[in-house]
Amino acid sequence: MLFLPILIPLISIVLLIAFRSRLKYQQGLSIVSVIAQLFAAVAILLRLSGNGHLVAQAGGWPAPFGITFVADYTSVILLLAVSLVAIGSVIYSIGFVDFDRQKNGLFLLYQGLLAGVNGALLTGDIFNLYVWFEVMVISSFVLITLGSEKLQLRASVKYLVMNLIGSMLFVAAIGLLYSQLGTLNMADIANKMRLQPVPPLVNSAIMLFFIAFGIKAAVFPFFFWLPASYPTPPIAITAFFGATLTKVGVYVMLRFYSLFAQLDVTFWQPVIFTVAALTMIFGVLMAASSYDIRKILSFHIVSQIGYILMGIGLFSVVGLAGAILFIVHNMFSKTATFMAGGLMYLYKGSYDLKKLGWIYKTKPLLAFLFLIPALSLAGIPPTPGFFGKFLLLYAGFDGAHWTITIVALIVSILTLFSMVKIWNEAMWKPEKNSVGLVVKKVKPAAWTGTIIVVTLTLLLGLTIGYTYDYFAEAARQLLDPSLYIKAVLPEQP
Amino acid sequence: MSLLMAILIGFLYAVSIYLLLRRSIVKLVIGILFLSYATNLMLFFTGGLTETSPAFAEPISTSELATASDPLPQALILTALVIGFGVAAFSMVLIYRFYKESGTVDLDELSEIEKS
Repeated sequence: MLFLPILIPLISIVLLIAFRSRLKYQQGLSIVSVIAQLFAAVAILLRLSGNGHLVAQAGGWPAPFGITFVADYTSVILLLAVSLVAIGSVIYSIGFVDFDRQKNGLFLLYQGLLAGVNGALLTGDIFNLYVWFEVMVISSFVLITLGSEKLQLRASVKYLVMNLIGSMLFVAAIGLLYSQLGTLNMADIANKMRLQPVPPLVNSAIMLFFIAFGIKAAVFPFFFWLPASYPTPPIAITAFFGATLTKVGVYVMLRFYSLFAQLDVTFWQPVIFTVAALTMIFGVLMAASSYDIRKILSFHIVSQIGYILMGIGLFSVVGLAGAILFIVHNMFSKTATFMAGGLMYLYKGSYDLKKLGWIYKTKPLLAFLFLIPALSLAGIPPTPGFFGKFLLLYAGFDGAHWTITIVALIVSILTLFSMVKIWNEAMWKPEKNSVGLVVKKVKPAAWTGTIIVVTLTLLLGLTIGYTYDYFAEAARQLLDPSLYIKAVLPEQP
Repeated sequence: MSLLMAILIGFLYAVSIYLLLRRSIVKLVIGILFLSYATNLMLFFTGGLTETSPAFAEPISTSELATASDPLPQALILTALVIGFGVAAFSMVLIYRFYKESGTVDLDELSEIEKS
């Protein structure tokens, strides 16, 4: 059951290789595969409602020795969100990406990326987590260079080097941790850290984990690779990256904070808050000074990661629920804004705000599709971004963390400013030398993909009254890691 | 022995960081290789491999098994090596394509070309 979200993309890869020369089959198969992943995620969620945790041992080896797969509400919510975004992304890519790239394995790499993401969300073993991260990162290496344009190659060198340094630090941390505690199972590590005094080297290992995932999640001061590399591949790929890569990095931070770092809150809380505040500020200021839609949105990815980190640092039911809601909201809204930006590019032939204009006049539906996720990023009700920010700010004031909360409020206003900038420049401004539309007709798949993800954004905001219970339940589970430990290691005290 | 290994691993990390900070991307790739060597070596010695505890033991007696070092890190670096090998192959192809497209391996030179 728990292996389905990993098996489905892996089997799809094999089938996609078999149908290498037939693009139509590849497209169809990819859509079927992501829908199957959605069903698998829903099935896991339904099983979960009974006991809260679902545990599976790979190969039947008992817990601390074999590789364990664990699903709790946090991982299943993200699993569900990833598969929903993947449906939109695959459909959008069919309409957006050129045939050369599609034929050269675009869909295959999407499935590889999804296998890595799903694996990283479900695994309960740190070395296995490393393997899934590599699966994900290697697929993304190829995706970011796919097409081999000069700019892409240049950007991918930075992307590659930063991610590899992150991976190596991660492995080094695993080695250190293993030498001190003699186990790789996440629940077992957490249990041992609670039963005995923590050896000092374990703290170094956890700091290395923080840096490694800081690089992957693009937090201050390790975020420079992201705005340098994300804008270069076709925007359909960037949209998918924005929904998966950094979010999985931040998910692992959430999980590790809950299991390992919360033992030493007095040290970690100020560190997390400082990093979160600086990430928010730097991301949003750099976004405010850019004029390329892709760059603005990439910098906003960085800035929004800061909010999620803030939720991790708050570590209360409301704060964590806000952080998880914020991850999901970001997956939907960010992908949707990227997609709408891509449609503008298709119609107008440019991402540069100075050259764009009058989209509201020529394509009102597109302006509307951009407006919803943009308002969500800025945090205007009734979009999910508003509820995410509301929960975070509520938890911040509630816990009397004034500085970080006020920083979050100011950054929120600046985010609104840069969304309004895109709106004013691209939608309302009269075009200088009116070119009209470069292309008259865009493939319906690109529109369909955008509409799917925008609808998801809107639905998440409108149904928050029902879905909040799930987010709160996920937060409660994270707050009490003994439940996680007990689910994986039933015989332990 | 373990002190010597610690110094060696530290030296390898220093070499890799020096190479990573160079302008040439060929040296960058060699730096990545050294980084993965240093990490793998470190992982290898977390198993407690010393002259008195062999890397593996035939399961003849429990006393012999007790002296053997932990075999798991060896399995771990095997995985890490294979992944590192794949990544190294990819990065070499990447810098080759990079050189073909831009005609230089110097990152500073490239940004100067782009500016002008």
